[in-house]
Amino acid sequence: MILVASGGIAVADGPGDPTAVKKEDDGKWLDKEGTPTYKISDGTVDWFTYSGYRRYHSDCHVCHGPDGMGSTYAPALKDSVKSMSYGDFLGVVASGRKNISTAQENVMPAFGDNPNVACYMDDLYVYLRARSTEAWGRQRPSKKEEKTEAYTKAEDACMGHK
Amino acid sequence: MRKVLLATFLGSAAALAVGGASANDELVKMSQNPKDWVMPTGDYANTRYSKLNQINAQNVGKLQVAWTFSTGVLRGHEGGPLIIGNMMYVHTPFPNKVYAIDLSQENKIVWKYEPKQDPNVIPVMCCDTVNRGLAYGDGKIFLHQADTTLVALDVKTGQVAWTAKNGDPSKGETGTSAPMVVKDKVLIGISGGEFGVQAHMSAYDIKTGKLAWRGYSEGPDNQLLVDDKTTALGKPIGKDSSLKTWQGDQWKIGGGATWGWISYDPELNLVYYGSGNPSTWNPKQRPGDNKWSMTIWARNPDTGVAKWVYQMTPHDEWDYDGVNEMILSDQSINGQPRKLLTHFDRNGLAYTMDRTNGELLVAEKYDPKVNWTSGVDMDKNSPTYGRPKVLDAASTDKAGEDVNVKGICPAALGTKDEQPAAYSPDTQLFYVPTNHVCMDYEPFKVSYTAGQPYVGATLSMYPPAGETHMGNFIAWDGKTGKIVWSNKEQFSVWSGALATAGGVVFYGTLEGYLKAVDAKSGKELYKFKTPSGIIGNVTTYENGGKQYVAVLSGVGGWAGIGLAAGLTDPTAGLGAVGGYAALSNYTALGGTLTVFALPN
Repeated sequence: MILVASGGIAVADGPGDPTAVKKEDDGKWLDKEGTPTYKISDGTVDWFTYSGYRRYHSDCHVCHGPDGMGSTYAPALKDSVKSMSYGDFLGVVASGRKNISTAQENVMPAFGDNPNVACYMDDLYVYLRARSTEAWGRQRPSKKEEKTEAYTKAEDACMGHK
Repeated sequence: MRKVLLATFLGSAAALAVGGASANDELVKMSQNPKDWVMPTGDYANTRYSKLNQINAQNVGKLQVAWTFSTGVLRGHEGGPLIIGNMMYVHTPFPNKVYAIDLSQENKIVWKYEPKQDPNVIPVMCCDTVNRGLAYGDGKIFLHQADTTLVALDVKTGQVAWTAKNGDPSKGETGTSAPMVVKDKVLIGISGGEFGVQAHMSAYDIKTGKLAWRGYSEGPDNQLLVDDKTTALGKPIGKDSSLKTWQGDQWKIGGGATWGWISYDPELNLVYYGSGNPSTWNPKQRPGDNKWSMTIWARNPDTGVAKWVYQMTPHDEWDYDGVNEMILSDQSINGQPRKLLTHFDRNGLAYTMDRTNGELLVAEKYDPKVNWTSGVDMDKNSPTYGRPKVLDAASTDKAGEDVNVKGICPAALGTKDEQPAAYSPDTQLFYVPTNHVCMDYEPFKVSYTAGQPYVGATLSMYPPAGETHMGNFIAWDGKTGKIVWSNKEQFSVWSGALATAGGVVFYGTLEGYLKAVDAKSGKELYKFKTPSGIIGNVTTYENGGKQYVAVLSGVGGWAGIGLAAGLTDPTAGLGAVGGYAALSNYTALGGTLTVFALPN
């Protein structure tokens, strides 16, 4: 019951060791399983953690609360990502989900068609993963790695900007 | 299509005018009976003042809980019940249940209505599935469902008399506001400012549910319902007043939602309400004044045509949604009796206007921390007359996209949100529940997708520097624009106030306290912790010779987002202070009506 209320998949299977081992051209760090992860050293965050912070506090926080902490009607995503795989995360954000019972009516919309979210799924995931381990706290990242050219190109293509 | 509808119903309005006059008379009379609470705002003037005085400053300390009622719903409970004779009508958030309770039969449920609604409407309701209450008129109870269905229920049986569809949830249009019955029409606004809705105020025929008129917040003149006599600050607004202030077709997704309260002056035959923020929250994507978002509207309730408008925050850069209530009072300013309209805006300024013509009389900060403006230009000969002077340090437009502007007060929550203030003609003071929260705001580019959030800014919120409380409950003199007294509250005060002839003012707190304070001094006289945080409005009524005070508790709403988790601490790691405390440490979900009375 608590698992459902916190928005987790019933079978808890988290992403495992978050240690970053490899960096992609677009600035994204991967763990040893090849799953996107954060890289934070001396208060400097990777670009995806920073971008995820910004996107989260535009499109997600109106339901899921500041800093992934949850609200009175939507689960704390900093906890949800502890017990769901990267693939499940992408699936729920893209397709939405419903938890409707006599006790609650929680509905997550599908964001697959919303470029403001769909183009930033990895950013959101990396930020929330950093929140889930408390590698990043409840504040705005001030020092960050620079946005890469590869990232800008991919972002523009996805968002349809010229 | 829209034009055809409009023409048809304008024609039929004249034919219905006779029936309309009687509905109006009935409601005006009923709203003057202090034993009842017949409209969501208490009275047409939105004063939320009751002539009842059995409970007064001397005895309110002895108040006790008389009875309680569980609504069976967990989400945020805004608004309050209606009381008509021996009957009470209680509403809930989604799924929008309505209970008719007989107060003379030990509060037995006489009928219950529960609509079947597509749960897909839930996630397009920005900021919780709240509903702000019911309206009564012509033997019917009116409910504005989450899916924008306006439904008329037989007051005796709960049977559906008619329904009307006011919007399309698949485009992000939703229903949260309370309807208002004016003459032969039911007026209703629409939510969806964060989904790029072209918002409107709509009037439906009270007998049939047919659309009588619809006035949009932005667009061409025939959609605005303005004419060559419509004025702003005493001057005609002229042709295409809205279109000229938007770039391209942005107005079609321009927001200006109308989810606040509605007031009405029967003598002047004008209804008043506010329009909300322009979409998106990124000001760079919508150059211009974005008229008539952020505007006080005065419309003729028969035709919908606007008599005057006043835009408070041209080209919004902070989400200072202008929907808050318009409170109508008659007071003297400089020895002259004036018909006033007082409005406590999200932008932190309290406006006192002449409601006959929209003349601006007073515009002052009602929280001294407000720092985005140095004030409104009050010089009638100035080219910027009536405009707020925006300070560069707080301008998210000047800073531009992808720049984080820090320390803006108030936060997007506003110095006050929808939680309505009260006005007592005895003290000539307004009693205002306020937020005391500041923010960082970073706009960035967003794409519009129908039915998807269209926000375009990143926000973090926190109490003003050096302060540990996030709310104040204040008494305000609207004639001079000054705070008379101010009580600190740990959390934002998100409950509607009630003023009474007993010299007592009531309000609720987010921890769940129902508080009674002295109307003159603000001194706390009574408090009781209800089962959950209060975002509902306090109501009073008389039944069987006894005065009761009622309030819905059930934490949620926008207050439930930031505050449930505790606000962001911009100086995290330096030691959190009380102001960042999480509301979840004080209260949990659950809708309950708690009713108070003096002991026998």
